[in-house]
Amino acid sequence: MAKEDIFYWQALNRALDAEMAGDDSVFILGEDVGLYGGSYRVTEGLYAKYGPLRVRDTPISETSFTGLGVGAAMTGMRPVVEIMTINFALLALDPLVNMAAKIPFMSGGQFPMPLVVRMPGGVAKQLGAQHSQRLEHTLMNVPGLRIAVPATPQDAYWQLRQAIASDDPIILIEHDLLYFSKGALDVEAVPLPMHRAAVCRAGRDVTLVSYSRNVELCLRAAQQLADERIEAEVIDLRSLSPIDWETCVTSVEKTHRLIVVEEDCRFAGAGAEVAATLSERCFFSLDAPAKRVAALDIPTPFNGSLESASIPTVKDVISAAQQLCSVADPGVKP
Amino acid sequence: MDRDTLRAFLRDMLLARAFEEAAAEQYTKGNIAGFLHLYPGEEAVAVGVIHATEPSDYVVSTYREHVHALVRGTPPRQVMAELFGRRDGISRGMGGSMHLFDRERRFMGGYAIVGETYPVAIGVGYAIAMRGLPEVAICFFGDGAVNQGTFHESLNMAALWRLPVLFVCENNHYQIGTEIHRHSAVTEVFRRAAAYDIPAERVDGMDVFKVHEVTSRMLREIRTGGGPRLVECETYRLRGHSMADPGSYRPQIEVRAYASTDPVSMAVRETVPAYPSHEQLTVVGKDAIHHATEHGLGAGHLDSAEVDGIKSEVQQLVQEAVEFAQQSPDPEMADAWQCLHVNRRNESLT
Ligand SMILES: Cc1ncc(C[n+]2csc(CCOP(=O)(O)OP(=O)(O)O)c2C)c(N)n1
Repeated sequence: MAKEDIFYWQALNRALDAEMAGDDSVFILGEDVGLYGGSYRVTEGLYAKYGPLRVRDTPISETSFTGLGVGAAMTGMRPVVEIMTINFALLALDPLVNMAAKIPFMSGGQFPMPLVVRMPGGVAKQLGAQHSQRLEHTLMNVPGLRIAVPATPQDAYWQLRQAIASDDPIILIEHDLLYFSKGALDVEAVPLPMHRAAVCRAGRDVTLVSYSRNVELCLRAAQQLADERIEAEVIDLRSLSPIDWETCVTSVEKTHRLIVVEEDCRFAGAGAEVAATLSERCFFSLDAPAKRVAALDIPTPFNGSLESASIPTVKDVISAAQQLCSVADPGVKP
Repeated sequence: MDRDTLRAFLRDMLLARAFEEAAAEQYTKGNIAGFLHLYPGEEAVAVGVIHATEPSDYVVSTYREHVHALVRGTPPRQVMAELFGRRDGISRGMGGSMHLFDRERRFMGGYAIVGETYPVAIGVGYAIAMRGLPEVAICFFGDGAVNQGTFHESLNMAALWRLPVLFVCENNHYQIGTEIHRHSAVTEVFRRAAAYDIPAERVDGMDVFKVHEVTSRMLREIRTGGGPRLVECETYRLRGHSMADPGSYRPQIEVRAYASTDPVSMAVRETVPAYPSHEQLTVVGKDAIHHATEHGLGAGHLDSAEVDGIKSEVQQLVQEAVEFAQQSPDPEMADAWQCLHVNRRNESLT
């Protein structure tokens, strides 16, 4: 029962509402999260319901309000900090990297860090280079932080609830263009563990590993590849730290080919880690070196067509798969 | 000032001094490595402020925090073992000198990044406000730290939401080697609080009684809903910034002039570099411990045998702390992984 089609932002909103109703120590803070209702409507209605102490509009002080979340979490509160976009999270890197990720460790395990930091990330539509970044790689390199990248309303709901309930510091990167995408939400379904990858489509010829908005890209590519008798298996990582290697390894051992699809810049991006680790782990199963389909190593251009050309498209994924399949096994006709 | 309080102040200041001198010695011997920032000279601030707090208050500190932890009640042996990086250290050897944490005593950590203490403190203050408790977050920071953006961001939020936070500036006039007149346009730190309508005062940070009196009053005001307060304690460190710093940038004449801000002594500061010795500073009579002892003796609260008694008591405590640290084992890699994954109750996520 209870299955309905809703927007991604609504799923996040419901997750917040459910957690706030169940636990007084959960509170939200960020710019315009209160009276205004959140830049992407995620906190809509919560200010009216829970009041200004629990849904706090902050000044434009990313470093300090994120650090405020750290301090509050140390006393056992469960803050959910919203940073307007991942681009501004650069100003909050100190509390994220030097504090949230380090305090549980540096204190010898004395202080849990039940902090959640949510932020949109990715390339939206013509927002210019300062508003169109994918900084997941920057955060992935920090031991002690967990990163969830929900791609669907169902995962947005599950993972946000799980993140709030967890004592780890967890960052949710929500893609700008996903907020107004629709999908099924079943609030009663048994959730997957937050860090577990999901096989979204089964296949035998090539594994497409992706996350966030690019999962949809891969599914569309897989659909078209099927017409050419290339069966692609699509994996949604769901979590970038930790990564569920088992699910990926199992798939690559079946398909013998790997393509990592990401919107991150290619150089030292998230996909580099995935490709390198799976190359190590699956060396004897791979028929060809792992391939990466990623964004160009360029600040996102403002011009619309250049912007689109700077990030992966369905076509890019298809041609990578065609290439890989023909190189690795001439028997599979592209 | 009653006799017991005076005695407690003096005892903690002497313990602090003995502890830090022992730490310096252990550093020289190679038992302590890394950055070691010592506190001699500034004892009156830690003692005056922390003695005014309740056990239910929270203390957020910097990398020069050994004495804050000691005065808060963390056993010297656990502090020393942490400086040694050993398993029985208060942070299990994962934190070191700059990262002492003591959950039991609400000691919320030493932070090595200048300017980090403010957001943590307003976060603790926010949590207190949400729970409606009569507690206060004490936020220590140096004069150099007031030029970090977080100072302004956090004071703004603290004032805006009337958070129960006491900001304590330990103005020792130096940001490593840069004297306050060379790092701050406004050298009277307390005046900056006016920008956020936070009541603030400057006190003689060499006078433990004054520090205690002013902070006690401010804490009362905060507890009764008055919002944040800032106290600037003017003090002086007798050693270099850290063990790696001999402090050669400080002129002899400063011994006599450090409390003064007149242009002549400023000019002299620039031209005569030589670090004043402990003895020279003591002679001037500005050393807080010297000052408090004189007061106790002069007012007839203490006799010199009693002072000697306290001295040998703390010496013994510190000696014992060093032995404890020496005997404590190194932590193992498994301990480190456990500390990293403690939030997951050590469930491994693969
Ligand atoms: C953000 C940052 N920048 C620089 C440093 C290097 N640093 C360590 S201590 C220090 C001076 C701080 O002086 P102050 O705040 O006055 O404290 P004091 O050492 O005098 O107690 C500096 C620059 C640092 N730790 N963090």
